[in-house]
Amino acid sequence: MALTLMEGNEAIGWGAVAAGCNFFAGYPITPATTIYNTMLKLLPPQGGVCLQGEDEIASIGFCLGAAMSGMKTMTATSGPGISLYSEQISFAIGSEIPIVIVDVQRLGPSTGSATKGADGDIQFLQWGNSGGFPVIVLAPVDIRDCFVLTVHAFNLAEQYRCPVFLAANKEVSMTRETIDLDRLNLPPVMDRKTADAAQPFMPFGVKNDSLVPDFLPIGGGRLVRQTSSTHGPDGYITTDPGQIADMQKRLDDKLKKSVPAFTYYDEYLVPDADTLVIAYGVTARAAMTAVKNLQSGTPKASLLILKTLWPVPEQLIREKAAAYKRVVMAEMNLGQYVREIQRLLPDKKIDFLGQMNGELIKPGQIQEVIIHG
Amino acid sequence: MDSLLNGSRPPVFCPGCSHDQVLHALDQALVAMGLSAEEVVMVSDIGCSGLFDTFFNTHAFHGLHGRALTYATGIKMARPDLKVIVTMGDGGLGIGGAHVLSTCRKNIDLTLLVLNNFNYGMTGGQCSSTTPQDAQVGSGFLNRLEKPMDICQVAAAAGAGYVSRLSTYDKGIVEGLKEAIAFDGFSLLDIWGLCPGRYTRRNKLTPRSIEADLAILPDLGDYRTRNAREEYGRAYRQEAARLQPVSKPARIEATCTPPQAGRSEVVVLGSAGQRIITAGELLCLAGASAGCHTAQKSDYPITVMRGHSVTEIILSDVEIEYTGIENPSVVIALAPEGVSRRKKMIAALPPEAWVIKASGIDLPPSAATIIEVDFKAEKIKSQDWALVSLAVLAKQNRVLNMDMLKAALQLRFRKAEYETALAMVEKAVESLCR
Ligand code: SF4
Repeated sequence: MALTLMEGNEAIGWGAVAAGCNFFAGYPITPATTIYNTMLKLLPPQGGVCLQGEDEIASIGFCLGAAMSGMKTMTATSGPGISLYSEQISFAIGSEIPIVIVDVQRLGPSTGSATKGADGDIQFLQWGNSGGFPVIVLAPVDIRDCFVLTVHAFNLAEQYRCPVFLAANKEVSMTRETIDLDRLNLPPVMDRKTADAAQPFMPFGVKNDSLVPDFLPIGGGRLVRQTSSTHGPDGYITTDPGQIADMQKRLDDKLKKSVPAFTYYDEYLVPDADTLVIAYGVTARAAMTAVKNLQSGTPKASLLILKTLWPVPEQLIREKAAAYKRVVMAEMNLGQYVREIQRLLPDKKIDFLGQMNGELIKPGQIQEVIIHG
Repeated sequence: MDSLLNGSRPPVFCPGCSHDQVLHALDQALVAMGLSAEEVVMVSDIGCSGLFDTFFNTHAFHGLHGRALTYATGIKMARPDLKVIVTMGDGGLGIGGAHVLSTCRKNIDLTLLVLNNFNYGMTGGQCSSTTPQDAQVGSGFLNRLEKPMDICQVAAAAGAGYVSRLSTYDKGIVEGLKEAIAFDGFSLLDIWGLCPGRYTRRNKLTPRSIEADLAILPDLGDYRTRNAREEYGRAYRQEAARLQPVSKPARIEATCTPPQAGRSEVVVLGSAGQRIITAGELLCLAGASAGCHTAQKSDYPITVMRGHSVTEIILSDVEIEYTGIENPSVVIALAPEGVSRRKKMIAALPPEAWVIKASGIDLPPSAATIIEVDFKAEKIKSQDWALVSLAVLAKQNRVLNMDMLKAALQLRFRKAEYETALAMVEKAVESLCR
């Protein structure tokens, strides 16, 4: 075993490059800046592009233009920048532009605290688009996830032609940790599907039972039309209610129907436990310590760590929780993802632990809730 | 080919709209330049000028209001061989002002056509950033309070390589467009015209008055010489070609044996300039050189040259779960700024914890074992206190040992720096641990 010492944000950068990222644009913001620093070191010397936008809106705009020209793009920011990205995110969703967006969450609201962690953007990432369409959100727990989930994020963006978020947290991104780079279980790199040369090209047309349109880059030998307006399969504005409904339904279905294909999670099962702790992100680490501390006494609890947060992996959560009487949910906000758990498990007792004071939730606090409710 | 216009989507502007004339002039210019549909990308903004991409049968990109230049920049950086033409109105110019300035400063090879008709046509004729103060528009009295902007002066001041004012009705418009498109760098054309749908219903404006108004605008002077430089994308690629690829992250083999099993937590409390975070990194590297998993979290104010600097390190023989500090075995207290951030933690320390403390630092009372070090008496510079404290620990085989510290210094520093640091550390420990 050989260990490498790096920051979570550096691991995200190296993961991006491993996934084939060749275009990055960002605007400096703590705690995401070191992703930009990393990409600036990695991309230009190998023929890629790394740009600093005049603001967040420009940064993601550069990425969307480049993505439609065939590049694999990523941008990174924190809550204030996600707010500015919002309109561009809606564009990327509706116009099916692949992009990886890293949100290194910091304590909000607004400017909040630049150097304090939180998971306060978890509902915002899903619902911050006009139209209310599903997005993919993956949440890294540690440095290994920073690397591996970034590769998954690129693969998913390519496969489903959509923005994919990495919901990081200052506490994962700016923590330096050791990582065994030789033992990472990286998925094979995937690329968007190119449209068949023998068929006429429909920029937003789907064939057979596919829910994702094939891709051609802007600037290729066949003309490509991209638009933020409500469009039909040909990429022209449409007012036809049937065509509009089909397009909207497909955008909704293409991610929701595929959730089992990208449901990433971890679990720690304790025999005879009657409580299931559910956590994600950095809080999952305290939860792991908590359930291990309690595993030889009573009460005992098992742990489910969600790494795919959106679309909600409903099937997984229902199945994993089925055997337990009670669920404990801990997260670094005042009650966001627990809403999904409550919705899915109406028959279970759900105890919630939320904290938003800039500090990590401690294992002892989770143990307390497991023991006393 | 004699036209790049879209046969299946004929233009549908209001009768007499200047956009229609610009559209045809642009088509003529592109054809005259011998460009094929596949070589051209029309990037359009929002508003009536946002219909341009539909009416051309070229590559087309229609995005958000004011942001057209951002997509165009991304496209041009990805595909430097393409001719990228951006159309926006005076509305897009206002809302996307930051992008206009930035694109001028970059001098990237795009052509921006500002279809300037002095109002927001599509939404009902409200005032824009170019509406004259005496115009009657859909924004009541508001335009009387704001001065219209001469985008050409602004763009020239911001570094644009090519800026020109044109009337839609100018016989030389096709030539003007060709020249701007051919320019190797960022070109901006401020094209004035009529919006009969909204603006000229209440305001008197004619091709002749436009010509007269344009004629009295201030000259742009010698901006072209001032702003002449390499095109952005090419300059970018030249710079990038000179860079060395980054070497793969260092893999640290376990060559040492850690003095203790289990998990050790160390907190270093100092102030800016004491190289606290570097010391923390060294401790992590020392741990890794003994096969330990390590984690480091740091806390410092945004003013990096003043105030506290705190770093927290965990070394563990198993993978680290919780990264918070719960039970520090060592606290290194080097400055009051750092100590004041962790008073509660110090007060709660158990007897088995050690505190290495610089002489003169006040600590809250605690049960911990205190080791006072008079760095000043040994003439050790404040920036080396944290590193020397690690050496003091290493000498006692607590958390780390000297082999681990040496391995860390070797990993972190180049040869000369390593030798200086090692000599300094050895001398300091020699006299401190007498
Ligand atoms: S509203 Fe004005 S700018 Fe729009 S099409 Fe009509 S005349 Fe042209």
